[in-house]
Amino acid sequence: MIELKNLCKQFVQKNGQPFNAVDNVNLVVPEGEICVLLGPSGCGKTTTMKMINRLIEPTSGQVLINGEDTAGIDTVSLRRNIGYVIQQIGLFPNMTIEDNIMVVPRMLGWDRKRCRERARELMSMVALDPDRFLHRYPKEMSGGQQQRIGVIRALAADAPVLLMDEPFGAVDPINREQIQNEFLLMQRQLGKTVMLVSHDIDEAIKLGDRIAVFRQGRIVQCAGADEILAKPADEFVASFVGHDRTLKRLLLVQAGDVADAQPTLTASLDTPLQQAFGTMDDHDLRYLTVVDADGKPLGYVKRKDAKASDGVCADRLNPITITSNPDENLRVVLSKLYEHNLTWMPVLDADGRYNGEVSQDYIASFLNSGKTHGRQRAAPK
Amino acid sequence: MDSWIELLHTAWPFLIRGAGYTVFFALIAMVLGLALGFAVALVRIARVPVLAQAAAVYVSAMRGTPLLVQIFVIYYGLPSVGIEFEPVTAGILALTLNVAAYLSESMRGAIAGVSRNQWLAGYSLGLNWWQTMRHVIAPQALRLAVPSLSNSLISLIKDTSLVSVITVTELMLATKEVIAQTFQPLPLYLAAAAIYWVLSALFERVQRAVEKKLELAHRH
Repeated sequence: MIELKNLCKQFVQKNGQPFNAVDNVNLVVPEGEICVLLGPSGCGKTTTMKMINRLIEPTSGQVLINGEDTAGIDTVSLRRNIGYVIQQIGLFPNMTIEDNIMVVPRMLGWDRKRCRERARELMSMVALDPDRFLHRYPKEMSGGQQQRIGVIRALAADAPVLLMDEPFGAVDPINREQIQNEFLLMQRQLGKTVMLVSHDIDEAIKLGDRIAVFRQGRIVQCAGADEILAKPADEFVASFVGHDRTLKRLLLVQAGDVADAQPTLTASLDTPLQQAFGTMDDHDLRYLTVVDADGKPLGYVKRKDAKASDGVCADRLNPITITSNPDENLRVVLSKLYEHNLTWMPVLDADGRYNGEVSQDYIASFLNSGKTHGRQRAAPK
Repeated sequence: MDSWIELLHTAWPFLIRGAGYTVFFALIAMVLGLALGFAVALVRIARVPVLAQAAAVYVSAMRGTPLLVQIFVIYYGLPSVGIEFEPVTAGILALTLNVAAYLSESMRGAIAGVSRNQWLAGYSLGLNWWQTMRHVIAPQALRLAVPSLSNSLISLIKDTSLVSVITVTELMLATKEVIAQTFQPLPLYLAAAAIYWVLSALFERVQRAVEKKLELAHRH
């Protein structure tokens, strides 16, 4: 866990005036979470992070790591216990990949065999073949591969805390996306507490369990990604996250969020059509899903078919062509709906039982409702 | 022409012995000069108070005065204040002090030429100043510095001829002594020039080998 208490950094400008680069920042990053410091350049986010491993000495305030005040720890042992991914990757071009990764373990006095095993283990974590790459120099690898090495170098000594300064800025968008996904998977497995500096709202949304938006040395809003997008604290945050912020939320809100916000209404095969019509009429629905005794969907009936008909739902059953699962984000859901020219689809749980439905109307009303994404975030696939 | 060949045949042992001294001076001054030059560069890069200023004055003085004058001051001047050196010691001292000043400037420039980001990367991994210098900065700086270090070191090989003025029988003085007996300056000076050239060319080979080795990490 990282705690910042009343952290300040004052610089003296050329004209002799003091300048508060970081102004009374308070922030808690719970263990195992990723907190993104987001803001324009010069907002104090990088300075804040560099005060954690004291690359910059704080003017006042406290930094606590797992409850311990870091002011009492000498900088060298402090830094060896905090992984740091530097801007522009920062690999040492004069050392092989193995030497690069093993700098900290060697300083910590690990023996040769343990270093070698650790290097191989780290390489396999980022899917790079140790036999092929460990003895290469950084220049002999692609940008994306170097970026991965930068991340595992920071993880080499298994420090519980990881600081990352625009860690994925030096690679092209396609590689970045993939490395972000790999990183997220790795972080979920290892449970590291991560603080990451970024100026990219999409990166923040993707990686941050929590986003702290900085402006002029202060945190103006600190919340989950969906809350920042749904309820920006002020005009600055709103414009920084972009005026298409509601569309960005599609990635964050899952089909299950929308389905949970609606009453679960179903019929069974022997439900009279008149009764089904009544249900649809009461709830202003155009379709009603028909399920079996186990709750698994069998098909659906249309409101206009049920309206003037006798008989039961089984007589007018239409097949269901496409379904969603609760973990799918709304972007994927909407894409499927447009692809199949549909306006709704049922949401099924892992056992295939009906769990509600998503429709264009439901999505719009959820995004409008002031509710935010509240489900556990899944690791990327 | 035949007389030249005969002459060189007679002079050969003297010239070779002189060249041996030249190589001896050059190698010792190179090793000591590189060490002193690195120390001076470090002191200035780390901005060690007092020492850094002293180093700057030293570099300026050594680069700003002729080597010949420096040799005279050390061998003929210092005895008057009670500091006396053997000719060989005085020669090594003068050459070392002189070349170290030039080498230190090449190293300082190369160290400053390594990206700030590399220092930050070293510090962020928990390396201290010296460890970062030793493992990260210096190896990269060396690669940048090799061409200009080689310049100074090749000059050093030729500058050893100046210690002939303090009665050290290196290649230059050996040549003069042979000329004094044979009165044949042209073939003998040409022979001496050829030997200096061969020594410098051999050093260039060393330079290329070092460059090739350091280039390993930068093939792409």
